[in-house]
Amino acid sequence: MFSLNELQRPARRKFLRDLAVLGGGLVIGFRLPEKGGRAWAAEATATGGEKVYPPNAFIRIAPDDSVTLVVNKSEMGQGVYTSLPMLINEELDAPWERIRIEPAPVAAVYNHTQFGLQLTGGSTSVASSWEQLRRVGASARLLLIEAAARRWGVPATACKAENGRIFHPDGRTSLSYGEVAEEAGKLPLPSEVPLKDPKDFKWIGKSLKRLDTPEKITGKAVFGIDVRLPDMVTVLVARCPVFGGKLKQFDATEALKVPGVVGVYEVPTGVAVAASGFWPAKTARDLLQIEWDEGEGAALSTAKLRESYFALARTPGAVARRDGDVVSGFKAAVKTVHAEYEVPYLAHAPMEPLNVTVDLRPDHCTIWTGTQSQTLDRMAAATVAGLQPEEVEIHTTYLGGGFGRRANPHADFVTEAVQVAKAVGRPVQVIWTREDDLRGGYYRPMWVDVIEAAIDKGGKPVAWKHTIVGQSIMESTPMAAVMIKDGVDAASVEGAATIPYQIPNVQVELHSPKSPVPVQWWRSVGHSHTAFVVETMIDELAHLARQDPVKFRLSLLPRTSRHRAVLQLAAQKAGWGKVKPTAGHAFGVAVHESFGSVVAEIAEVSLENGQVRVHRVVAAVDCGRVINPDGVVQQIEGGIVYGLAAALHGEITLEGGRPVQSNFHDYPILRHSEMPRVEVHLVPSEAPPSGVGEPGTPPIAPAVANALFVLTGKRVRRLPLARETFA
Amino acid sequence: MIAFTLNGRPTTVEADPGTPLLWVLRDQLQLTGTKYGCGIAQCGACTVHLDGRAVRSCVTPVSMVSGKRVTTIEGIGETPVGRAIQKAWQEVDVPQCGYCQSGQIMAAAALLAEHPRPSEAQIVAAMDGILCRCGTYNRIRKAILEAAAGGA
Repeated sequence: MFSLNELQRPARRKFLRDLAVLGGGLVIGFRLPEKGGRAWAAEATATGGEKVYPPNAFIRIAPDDSVTLVVNKSEMGQGVYTSLPMLINEELDAPWERIRIEPAPVAAVYNHTQFGLQLTGGSTSVASSWEQLRRVGASARLLLIEAAARRWGVPATACKAENGRIFHPDGRTSLSYGEVAEEAGKLPLPSEVPLKDPKDFKWIGKSLKRLDTPEKITGKAVFGIDVRLPDMVTVLVARCPVFGGKLKQFDATEALKVPGVVGVYEVPTGVAVAASGFWPAKTARDLLQIEWDEGEGAALSTAKLRESYFALARTPGAVARRDGDVVSGFKAAVKTVHAEYEVPYLAHAPMEPLNVTVDLRPDHCTIWTGTQSQTLDRMAAATVAGLQPEEVEIHTTYLGGGFGRRANPHADFVTEAVQVAKAVGRPVQVIWTREDDLRGGYYRPMWVDVIEAAIDKGGKPVAWKHTIVGQSIMESTPMAAVMIKDGVDAASVEGAATIPYQIPNVQVELHSPKSPVPVQWWRSVGHSHTAFVVETMIDELAHLARQDPVKFRLSLLPRTSRHRAVLQLAAQKAGWGKVKPTAGHAFGVAVHESFGSVVAEIAEVSLENGQVRVHRVVAAVDCGRVINPDGVVQQIEGGIVYGLAAALHGEITLEGGRPVQSNFHDYPILRHSEMPRVEVHLVPSEAPPSGVGEPGTPPIAPAVANALFVLTGKRVRRLPLARETFA
Repeated sequence: MIAFTLNGRPTTVEADPGTPLLWVLRDQLQLTGTKYGCGIAQCGACTVHLDGRAVRSCVTPVSMVSGKRVTTIEGIGETPVGRAIQKAWQEVDVPQCGYCQSGQIMAAAALLAEHPRPSEAQIVAAMDGILCRCGTYNRIRKAILEAAAGGA
């Protein structure tokens, strides 16, 4: 399916000229690079060789001066419909209030500049577009100036453009972008496209209001679940309650009697019920009599998995990192700690349950869905439909949360929906109920971690042996060849193999047991467990060494480490070591690097009737240059809330091969009443931007656990905290 | 045939009386601003007003709204409180993914209609059943206080 030999080819950077007149406007397309770089997967030939056609472009300027910016990343709350237009417009300089957003169709021109396919993930949207989109904007601006200069018969270099107008050297005459857009569209693309000096930035670095807010406060924003087609039926699928199980037989007699039911169909994932709306479909699905062949998965339980994981942890694993010699390191130690950690499977639980609308015709397939992964979804849909990828059209709607679930490497929800459309024979909207979502797998893996760490008589860590056990996310995905080396899935050990502290003897090992439970990236991926274990163990060593946890960390971080500044900033803003916490409260700290950014968080925690209460979180962030500061703050706030919900409550457990939890009553997410005050402080930086969508999540669990130790003297080594009892 | 007032306009629908109002709104009346999140009154995404009170439309049988006034996110902007809430939401830039925001706004509007100057405790009590996965809670609180300060 993928030609992975393309991967190591050095990035070929080139402009791809794509100018066309569309409605009398300027259309500018830009491609960088076509394939390669750090790509995870090269695009298949079918789409890679595709011709770029006029709508596949980033900017459209109409004669009425309206500016449409096409965004090639999915808006799932992270603000790309604002931050990416800011990048373009920093160079284009059109009036911000004239800008409208349009989601990109699927085409090679919209591929991620690093991954080589159209994908929103890895907290990379701004980082990977940083240069590309500014060049797109700058190119358009040069063309608009050139067009105006030609009309006036003056040198382009003597003209300037600002706020949607091009100014004649006389300083009085001017033309709007819309007035010259058509002529600009006929000009050759400039060979040299200089970018602004950052000191001249007009928009970048300023907090701009989100462009999607007006639609989202009036009920007008169209999410996938809001798509309505004239002949559409709503479909719910009954899937095997046990992972890996299969349909044996079913009886739909009662289901078919429900008014509004159109039909019941066998599909590869189970039994599909089509009806005039959700309610009759749901009512009928509940009446199906189904016999499943549950298979080996029925023997699965969390208790058994736990036992087998801990047994594996006692055996040698694939080595992910080896510095020095841990055996001699432990011999030289004066104090050693052995700690066993455990974190559960977690569901993403985006507020909008998964859904896909499909209109399948003999020669064409149109799909509406909130997806993070257009290229893979399109290829999968084409395979099921028996069409060429270019015969499949995907309309990316707003995503009611993604958190990784909507970038399924196997295109699970899109594949199933096209299979359903084939079976039903008319346009379908497949909706997952909340129960389907929580019980449908593709979880953050359950992890067991064992760390043995030791300090010498000066209190310095001298040996650190970390063994990790958990399913590989990348295995059997198109990313496997790039992400798995010598038995080590980089996503399993990220944040552990990359521990930032100076310890002379380090060994990190990995076991990747197989299981029928499907797993997937979940906001912050491997960091979601490694930050918890590494940062609580470092804290434990600090206490063992009778040192202040912040000073202890600083003493172990190299002089050049970016961790230092965030740690110091968070400590300063929280009043660490200066302000005495309220009686009954304690502070806990953690710092972690992920997706190119470093975040330190200090949590103020108390116990109320034995329940953990987080009052305040002070975060400091180094994410390189900040595009939209308020957008970064939103993402860090959101990342903290997501991580805190998991730390306090989140767990999917298995019994008899079935996920136990089913809805928000037994898979609680954070509520208003549990929300801490959150302060986010940004470290000024001129480095290129790095991720913000995920890096807020990893440090919160260890920060809270470390505060709980100060409060109770008890080391929390399992999540969620709701499982623990505190005196 | 069930008759009620929807966003100020008389409306009739043919529906099984047990059908939740949510699905009548979304699937029959094409008002998709009211969202499905859990189906069992656990997340509040489906919150609408029934005679001015916030209710979970996913567990409200359509038969219960007969003869009553239903207001949804599509109509709330026509009320002074709704307008004030939406303005504050815009000012504070509350939404991220936005999916829960119809429910948040409807719950906040009902709160302010009843308590024009709500205390922190009243805000939490009124809003606690409306879940947000993106973590916009502090901005919601701020926006409610701004709307209260500006509206009354």
